[in-house]
Amino acid sequence: MIGLRRRRGLGRWLAFAAAVAFGLVMLIPFALMVSTAFKPHAYVLEIPPRLIPEAPTLDNFVEAWTSQDFGRYFLNSVIVAVASTTIAVTLGSMLAFAFARYSFPGRRLLFGALLFTMMVPGMVLLIPQFVLARNLGLLNSLAGLIVVYATMNLGLNTFLLRGFFGSMPQEVFEAAAVDGAGVWSSFWLIGVPLARAGIATITLFSFLAAWDEFTWAIISLSDKNLYTLPIAIRSFQRAQATEWGLVFAASLIALAPVLVLFVALQKQFVSGAFVGATKG
Amino acid sequence: MIAAAGGRLAPARPRRRLRRLLPIYGLLLPGLVLYGAWAAWPLLNSFILSFTDWSLTKPLTPVGLANYLRALGDPLFWRALSATLGYTVVTVAGQLVLGLGAALLLNRRIPGRSVLRLVYYLPVITSWVIVSLVFTYLYNGQAGALNWLLVDVLHVLDRPVAWLAEPSTALWAIAVLGIWKGIGWTMVVFLAGLQAVSPELYDAAEVDGAGAWARFRHVTLPELRPTTTFLLVVLTIGGLNAFISIFVMSSAATGTVGGPLNSTDVVLTYLWKQSFAQLDLGYGAALSFLLAAVTGLVSLVELRVAREAAR
Repeated sequence: MIGLRRRRGLGRWLAFAAAVAFGLVMLIPFALMVSTAFKPHAYVLEIPPRLIPEAPTLDNFVEAWTSQDFGRYFLNSVIVAVASTTIAVTLGSMLAFAFARYSFPGRRLLFGALLFTMMVPGMVLLIPQFVLARNLGLLNSLAGLIVVYATMNLGLNTFLLRGFFGSMPQEVFEAAAVDGAGVWSSFWLIGVPLARAGIATITLFSFLAAWDEFTWAIISLSDKNLYTLPIAIRSFQRAQATEWGLVFAASLIALAPVLVLFVALQKQFVSGAFVGATKG
Repeated sequence: MIAAAGGRLAPARPRRRLRRLLPIYGLLLPGLVLYGAWAAWPLLNSFILSFTDWSLTKPLTPVGLANYLRALGDPLFWRALSATLGYTVVTVAGQLVLGLGAALLLNRRIPGRSVLRLVYYLPVITSWVIVSLVFTYLYNGQAGALNWLLVDVLHVLDRPVAWLAEPSTALWAIAVLGIWKGIGWTMVVFLAGLQAVSPELYDAAEVDGAGAWARFRHVTLPELRPTTTFLLVVLTIGGLNAFISIFVMSSAATGTVGGPLNSTDVVLTYLWKQSFAQLDLGYGAALSFLLAAVTGLVSLVELRVAREAAR
């Protein structure tokens, strides 16, 4: 028995060593990104690559923020992510509540259509969305990004929250109906407060999806003043003599809000319940 | 509702019904309008567009199945499709194996488990654009960290390789990024699956004298089958729709999307070029439906195979 326990202890330490080694390998790209962001331009492709910069500098961050209009790109990203998330979460909650708690003509058809459209790859929609945005004058505008990002997140939000609303006890709603609560007050006063955890999670995911979105932004935006962070960062990269320090300083600035959210709300990120939603 | 309607006379019913339904449709309306206008309507349009010839400037002409037939005879499409399938097979296999490995390690009570889980998950939450640029930097043909490691430290190579500018390596170098980025997510799903396995099954296997490998082979793997099937399908869909990493890395390293020499052209980059560089929108729409059809077909085959294997 003692021998077995010791063997188990050894296995545990081997697993620990393997897990740490694997974690270090996973971290290497991040480590080099961070150290390069603090290196002067002359040292970004030095051999051997140094993890601790020889002459660390904040110049890249200063330059990224000041000379490159980065504040504007950051603001554009904030506007687009906040506005599209607000729309996708509000409308998604309303849809989900109606689908989960009420029966009405067309319910199955509408929900089926929603699911079907959700499963179609985004690229299929891209061309007609481009044409539609062009006809409505929404091409090359932040409003065009907001509408498309809100739509992009609406399907999944509705799908996930429908499960949340659907699992709530019927008695609560019956009691409220006896007290004269209508559809809207049941939604607002009972459904929404009870679904708070689910709403927080879809808010987080919608925000991140909008914050990171690249394809629609690069197709629809031509005015540099309207760039969001992902395409602004890419535009720093040049075919020849890329200023990698600048690119990675900008990347870290864009990553900072995501990391803050991640550390603060890690349960939502890595919980099994919504595990399907974060796959980019 | 039924109890409340009981005392009323028949003629009042339709109006009561309307009064009941109106606020429900009110809840639905804004979301359905947005979704209808920007998802359902575009979907229908895209389907119609795939049977036409259109380039924004010239008038739209119906061409029947010509776009689909053109794709079937287009060597660049077939090349892009085979690159897409190759990328998908490699990234799905890599994510499944390494994700399961990470999950098995972290399923044990080892110190620092939650920190390690965050470390593995970090690539998942970092945007595709950023990780693509980081890997472009690591793959640098002269002084990238990977070349330094392989040439100067391990002496596996004589001289540095331009990983992203070499037609034989570019796609696979990008696939390595795809695996690295997805391990954390795959691990979390596997961990949820592992935690659902009843400990009694392991105890019973141990009583029967099963060693670690036998327990893994005859308890863990069969119990994880639904999780693995789910991951297989979802990761495959992700692989078939790979776009941003290839777009960013190929254009960063070679100046051309899909470069060098079309070796990294997948269906979506080819579609992107046809639609938004050539403005051949009808052909682009047809390509998008062909990819959707391939995606649906591959998912069905995977589900069928998984069901057969479960018997």
